[in-house]
Amino acid sequence: MLPLLKQIFLTGFKTEAPPLADAALRVTAQRLEQAMLRKLGRALVIRHVDAGSCNGCELEIHALNNLYYNLEALGIRFAASPRHADLLLVTGPVASNMKIALQRAHAAMPEPKLVVAVGDCGCSGGIFGESYASCGRVANVIAVDVAVPGCPPTPLALMQGILTAIDGHPM
Amino acid sequence: MKLLDCALEFTALPGALAAYRTECDAAGLLGFAAAVKDSGGRFIALWGSDERDRQGGFAVHVAFGIAAGLALVTLPLTADRPAYPSLEDIFPAANRQQRATRDLFGIHAEMAANEAAHDDQRPWLRHANWPADFFPLRRDCDASRQFNTAQEDYAFVRVEGDGVHEIPVGPIHAGIIEPGHFRFSVVGEKVLRLEQRLGWKHKGIEKRFEQMPLAEGHRLAGRISGDSTVAYAWAYCLAAESLTGCTPPPRALWLRALLLERERIANHLGDLGYLGNDAALAFGLSQFMRLREDWLRLSAEFFGHRLLMDRIVPGGVAFDLTAGGDEKILGQCASIEREMHLLKDIYDEHAGLQDRFLTTGRLAPELATALSVSGLAGRASSQAWDLRAQNAIAPYNQLDVRIASHRNGDVAARVAVRFEEVFESLRVMRQILVVLTDDLCRDLIEPLPAARDGAFGIGWIEGWRGDVLVALTAGNAGGIRRCHCHDPSWRIWPALEHAVMGNIVPDFPLINKSFNLSYSGPDL
Ligand code: SF4
Repeated sequence: MLPLLKQIFLTGFKTEAPPLADAALRVTAQRLEQAMLRKLGRALVIRHVDAGSCNGCELEIHALNNLYYNLEALGIRFAASPRHADLLLVTGPVASNMKIALQRAHAAMPEPKLVVAVGDCGCSGGIFGESYASCGRVANVIAVDVAVPGCPPTPLALMQGILTAIDGHPM
Repeated sequence: MKLLDCALEFTALPGALAAYRTECDAAGLLGFAAAVKDSGGRFIALWGSDERDRQGGFAVHVAFGIAAGLALVTLPLTADRPAYPSLEDIFPAANRQQRATRDLFGIHAEMAANEAAHDDQRPWLRHANWPADFFPLRRDCDASRQFNTAQEDYAFVRVEGDGVHEIPVGPIHAGIIEPGHFRFSVVGEKVLRLEQRLGWKHKGIEKRFEQMPLAEGHRLAGRISGDSTVAYAWAYCLAAESLTGCTPPPRALWLRALLLERERIANHLGDLGYLGNDAALAFGLSQFMRLREDWLRLSAEFFGHRLLMDRIVPGGVAFDLTAGGDEKILGQCASIEREMHLLKDIYDEHAGLQDRFLTTGRLAPELATALSVSGLAGRASSQAWDLRAQNAIAPYNQLDVRIASHRNGDVAARVAVRFEEVFESLRVMRQILVVLTDDLCRDLIEPLPAARDGAFGIGWIEGWRGDVLVALTAGNAGGIRRCHCHDPSWRIWPALEHAVMGNIVPDFPLINKSFNLSYSGPDL
């Protein structure tokens, strides 16, 4: 137990300042009022859906919860069920085999159903494009509010995309 | 030349890899497969190709790993009756790849007459989203067509009995993970059977290759499984270099090895953190994820990409170590090594953690052999295969990599293999950096000569998860005729079905994480 506590003590605080929202990432105009955004920003709940990524984007989403980015400290956390989620974070081109699952997760969410498409694949279909097996970009299947390019986007870019969806209103 | 005392005459493929190829009939394939099994070799991959536009029919290709290296057997099939004998009896791991080949080409694996009742006719990559008579990898198939999607009714194997019930999970899982479906049959908390239904991420990658120039394919290969981008890109480039007769400069090979070891360490760090977390030690997650972040930041600083995508290119590499890079990398290796020792002691001495790790999710060595399991999971179950140590290509033939191997096959063994491999990779990286700083030749790339239409090459690289294989055939005018990429997860997923039997449902996430298999890799 002692080495463990010592290690925690020696590690200290690592969390860095979050990035600012960037309106350039918006795909559609903000649908929500400022008062609503302020409330959401204090306890935003995200459900992630991998609709067909290469798993690279997931690795960077995982990083959001490490000590440096510490997304939870901003009041933003990931939920296991879309029914508890305010925001859907979607990676990958939408594989045809995942289309129905993605639509169902989206349908199961309560309003306002914010959607952030992640990565070059989520934004445009990326290198995989459209075919018998791929529906291409996320917006081809569900309505998207914010799109974050990058292959994969860095954790900072991802954070910025999420904060843009709520117009930069973390707690 | 002959291999394994079989009558088949093999020819060695050009290039760095010890790979041999032959063409034979059905009896020859079955005979060779049996000989591979008897010799203690393993089944690696099976895929198809369409040769109807080249005065042929179809063909099925099977790659085996034997002591001498990689043996590739091609079996030509007629266009009107494309069928070959199933290899499932000899190598059960062939099942899913045979089903995928049927989905993509309409090529059938046939069971012997007395086994016909066991013939698995269920699709694998095809769910209900394209018609059963649409074979996307046939050359005359228009793969840009889009179809209506529908919910599939898949025939899971039913377990009957008093008190047995099913738990369906997925395709979307509770965490930030790739999609797949798991069907558990349980009594109380105990898992009687797990059946996996994968293929959700199939996005037509193999067809996509055929629309790309050969010189660009490494980018797509590097996006088959993002956590193994270095291994895939290297395997692709190895195949492209073999078929064009290109030898990358030595410095490029040392730099490639540096990246491959960085990728291994990055993934092991993340996994060690999540394994602690899944056994309720959140401290482990925060510590290891901090180390991983430091690691990725240094990768971004000196190699230009956190996950190292697009650094390896046909003919060489697209970067060099900048001045001062070696010192900073060495410094980080030293600090990570020190912290790893500390964290390993904490893991080893944490009674709660060890209680969850030990004997959980056991894959017995005999079963691992029977299922052709390789890679990290294999090494935790006595399958001492590591392409960095056996038939090693340059620069690994000068590095003397020590294979981490354990017998117990439980979560604890897979954790132990990860720790040992991190320490070994750190040692190897130091050795590589010594060469890189001494090496006066600064050449990084040898231009890829034009490929002959139909030329064939193969690449086989030990990624962090296991051996990644790329089989590449050049097309005309600098294009790709066929590219098959094989992820080791194909052969390890079925082993996971066995490893969870008899365990309790709440241990599944821990067991699953200890294997950490790829979904996108085999789904393609
Ligand atoms: S954007 Fe890049 S990292 Fe993300 S899923 Fe697509 S290929 Fe992978």
